[in-house]
Amino acid sequence: MSTSPHPVYTPPQAPSGFWRRYIFSTDHKVIGLQYYFLALAAVTVGMVLSLLMRYHLAWPRGYVPFVQSGIMRPEQYLALMTMHGTIMVFFVLTTAPLGAFGNYFLPIQIGAPDMAFPRLNMMSFWLTLVAFGCMLSAFAVQGGAPISGWTAYPPLSGLGSITGPGEGLGQTMWIVSIGIFCFASLLASINFISTTIEMRAPGMHLMRMPLTVWAWFVTAVMSLLAFGALLAALIMLILDRSAGTSFFIPYGLVVNGELQVGRSGGWPLLWEHLFWFFGHPEVYIAILPGMGITSHIISNFSRKPVFGYRAMAGTLCAIGFLGFLLWGHHMFVSGMNPYSSLAFSALTLSIGVPSAVKTFNWLGTMWGGKIHFDTPMLFSIGFVSFFVTGGLSGIFLAQPALDNMLHATYYVVAHFHLVMAVAAIFGIFSATYYWFPKMFGRMMNETLGKVHFWLTFVGAYCIFMPMHFVGLYGGIRRYSDFTGADYLAALQPLHVFMTIAAFATASAQLIFFYNFFKSLASGAKAPENPWRATTLEWAIASPPPLDNFAGNFPHVFRGPYEYSVPGAREDFSPQHLPPSDVAGAAEGAPSA
Amino acid sequence: MEFFRAFHRDRSECSGARLNSRTRGSAAPALLLLISLIVFVGITVYLFATGYYAPPPPITPVGLQVDHQYALTLCATGAIFILAQLGLGFAVFRFRDRGKPARFIRGNTGLEIAWTLATAAVFLGLGVLGTKAWSATRFQPAAAGAIKVEVTEEQFVYYFRYPGADGKFGRLDPAMVSAPTGNPLGIDPNDPAGRDDIVVPTLTVPVNHPVELLIRSQDVIHNFFVRELRLQQDAVPGMVVPLHFTPDRIGRYNIMCTQLCGMGHYQMHSFMNVVSEAEYEKFLAQALKQ
Repeated sequence: MSTSPHPVYTPPQAPSGFWRRYIFSTDHKVIGLQYYFLALAAVTVGMVLSLLMRYHLAWPRGYVPFVQSGIMRPEQYLALMTMHGTIMVFFVLTTAPLGAFGNYFLPIQIGAPDMAFPRLNMMSFWLTLVAFGCMLSAFAVQGGAPISGWTAYPPLSGLGSITGPGEGLGQTMWIVSIGIFCFASLLASINFISTTIEMRAPGMHLMRMPLTVWAWFVTAVMSLLAFGALLAALIMLILDRSAGTSFFIPYGLVVNGELQVGRSGGWPLLWEHLFWFFGHPEVYIAILPGMGITSHIISNFSRKPVFGYRAMAGTLCAIGFLGFLLWGHHMFVSGMNPYSSLAFSALTLSIGVPSAVKTFNWLGTMWGGKIHFDTPMLFSIGFVSFFVTGGLSGIFLAQPALDNMLHATYYVVAHFHLVMAVAAIFGIFSATYYWFPKMFGRMMNETLGKVHFWLTFVGAYCIFMPMHFVGLYGGIRRYSDFTGADYLAALQPLHVFMTIAAFATASAQLIFFYNFFKSLASGAKAPENPWRATTLEWAIASPPPLDNFAGNFPHVFRGPYEYSVPGAREDFSPQHLPPSDVAGAAEGAPSA
Repeated sequence: MEFFRAFHRDRSECSGARLNSRTRGSAAPALLLLISLIVFVGITVYLFATGYYAPPPPITPVGLQVDHQYALTLCATGAIFILAQLGLGFAVFRFRDRGKPARFIRGNTGLEIAWTLATAAVFLGLGVLGTKAWSATRFQPAAAGAIKVEVTEEQFVYYFRYPGADGKFGRLDPAMVSAPTGNPLGIDPNDPAGRDDIVVPTLTVPVNHPVELLIRSQDVIHNFFVRELRLQQDAVPGMVVPLHFTPDRIGRYNIMCTQLCGMGHYQMHSFMNVVSEAEYEKFLAQALKQ
């Protein structure tokens, strides 16, 4: 490592008090872990909710624990569904990939001692935690949790409890919670963007940044633009509910036999536009960090440079940009102008191109490699498989003519779960197995990791593949049971199969939790660089010191994925080693 | 340079034992991944190709176009699916650690441009072909002489209003909506056009005759979906959205609400009866009497 840029540098000392050190910390690593454990708690809640739903769908008359009278009522099912979607999308898929791993590793990977605004960082986390508490308490208020889904379309969500149970205080809590979450995300995204732009180590050109950093950077820019739109929409919605405004409420509604007096001029589609202007970028906010992690890990474990580094960085930016132009594909049958559907359709199909290029480049990275199948790599391979499967069903849904038959069916549920949920979760798992040694200084158990991978890989396909057939047959999502119409009964065997698969796959996650906490307590001591990797986080102790580099801030001499460079001393050439130490490594930015 | 190459070779030989253990360790997972991806692709292709859970055949010419476009998209994406999943399986198996160093490749600009253009052509090509079925349902207006039926949706029922003998719908006034007194839509009794309006809970239309629905909602957003029509349309309060089709097969079909509308969403459905011309006249005459 090169000498410090500062002539006299005393590495800062961590605060000695427990509270300042581990709870109200401004250290990005502690905050990253706080986000991680928040996501772990949230994913547990979200998973339990989904299991209750799946159980009810398979056996609608079966006894359900935690539910009054033991039989789940339709509004209880819808409340579980709303909370499952909301908790998973916001508190897991947004929190873990960006809040947890981005916070922990972005500063280290660019050679910075911390985030640009450490106090703001702490504030983002604590606001997110408050938002989570607020969300959970919606279960406890009168009427229960909201039933309008994570999309909360008005007028269902805009008129109070007259439209249904849960639409009173429960829906208000939901809006307040997501509003706080938006605010926290805005603060966090400003922090990520400033850190990436301002705090890169000398020599860390944009084209030498790891693809994880590219992904987090693009994700942060998307968060900044998307959450602002959602926050505005939420403010309008809460005004409609409590101040008698009519942003989304048109004239002449008769709800439950009661004329809504004094409301006029609003338009429900305005909410849909604002919501999806946020909502579609949001799915890329969930998946882009997973793409970065997958590129990073596939290169590492194939012992090869990323195939087409420039294309990989470019496609991240292209997806980030196009992601803002295609929200209308959620609204093909909404009553929106049918001509605009064609533009949204073409733009949606266009985003398939950078997505496909990424897949080809992941295969290209493995091609000719020397692949090691450690657990992080297995999960990254799983990510690629799920991304392909889930992505391709998007080509159907992107066409308005096909959306005429597939919209709001289980086909959509299969599509977004495979591509946004399972693939993103596989990204989170592979990041966990990969960086656990760095974060906690201990190794995770490989055998348990592999068992976890195989059960989850097979299990997730068993849960979500049959949903395509349910959807094609006309099985409609958000139905609390399928006794309402005759033909839906034919689908019951598939629902039973999916439910059994869901319980089996959820049980397999206990292996992960056991492995995680067991390794935390008594895993083998981790070396600095267990995966023989090149990026800066592997140049420092495990776990890292408070300022990450113990005063020896790095210079960066080469690109992030210099594996198996001909003539180099090792099959990996770390970014921070001067040319003389790696001997023969090709210098400069990698070319596409 | 020569020195370092020699050094590199030496090191490889020195660490041979370790490499061999890695090599042995990677054959089993590689094979398992390859086999499981082949099995997964096999099952998926079989289930999609046999179409066991295919919806019943469409009852409109546009529905046939939609099915055709679906089949085309299934073939194109299916080919990509098979290539990508099996390519992934092949890559992890073929390029597992077998003790030889990895090939140093940074990319291949020509190849990357080629596959970018190829996917763009396939995806956008599908999009262009798919516009036909969409424009037939949404851009072209209903044929002249189409039977107009107004569809009003509310939690959690459908009302279908026929204009009656005068061919005109009566004026609606939300303030007059009163289901208990038999005026669930709020038809203004002072408007003569509304006196012969027929309001029924199921939709009845004659076969081989163009139909135009005028879809509206009284409270929250609902939807009108008939899978045999391959058509759906949201019912948005404050808007009246037209939707037209010409059913060509007599039968009774489910109308489903697909837009989350509250606790009774799962029970919100009705029926569309496609009947002969004679039976349709009988239905209208009977409904008028009531």
